[in-house]
Amino acid sequence: MALANPHVRATIVEATEFPDLARQYRVTGVPKTVVNNTTEILGALPEEMFVRQALQDLEKVTEDSARDKPPAG
Amino acid sequence: MALLSEPDRQRLREALDAMPAPVRLMFFTQTLGCETCLLARQILDELVSLSARLTLEEVNLVLDKDKAAAWGIDRVPAIVVAAGGSDEVDARGLRFYGAPSGYEFMSLLDAVMLVSGLAEGAGEPALSDESLELLAGVDQAVDLQVFVTPT
Repeated sequence: MALANPHVRATIVEATEFPDLARQYRVTGVPKTVVNNTTEILGALPEEMFVRQALQDLEKVTEDSARDKPPAG
Repeated sequence: MALLSEPDRQRLREALDAMPAPVRLMFFTQTLGCETCLLARQILDELVSLSARLTLEEVNLVLDKDKAAAWGIDRVPAIVVAAGGSDEVDARGLRFYGAPSGYEFMSLLDAVMLVSGLAEGAGEPALSDESLELLAGVDQAVDLQVFVTPT
């Protein structure tokens, strides 16, 4: 995802080496993905499902572009 | 003492031979108070020794604070997998926090191959058309932090 779009940044965090981050984001199982410090995705999902969930807070933007061409403005 | 066995080194050499373009590994470290920085450096040293297309650049988080900030790194050990053949900060963000041992080593290797392929324009990201379409419309920052544990 990070390579497909320059706005996306992906960081793999080794939870045991950074217990403070694991605590901050309440990581109780892995893999756990935190999107923009808020949205949480637990476990490994099928790819498209993962992408959808990761982008769900940006739904407007992505739906516009996914459905044909975005309306002007 | 080498971390990788000779058979593993040979397999890795062959895998890395397929790299279409050079890749820079930016390694962020600090001297004190980092338990796994030394291990991370050893792993990276062994990895880059296996291919002429891999380069390693070390940035000290304490001494090179500004440079680390430019790359968006605030913890160590950290690795950014960036396209080679340039000194510029690479906006494409594929980063690892923690030593790339165990399964993470394979993830790092995958990242290297992906970035290498894209840098050359040889490959698409390893995503389906549907995912790419969803991603194409994203014009705001998306920060993914994927928590993993060593296995």
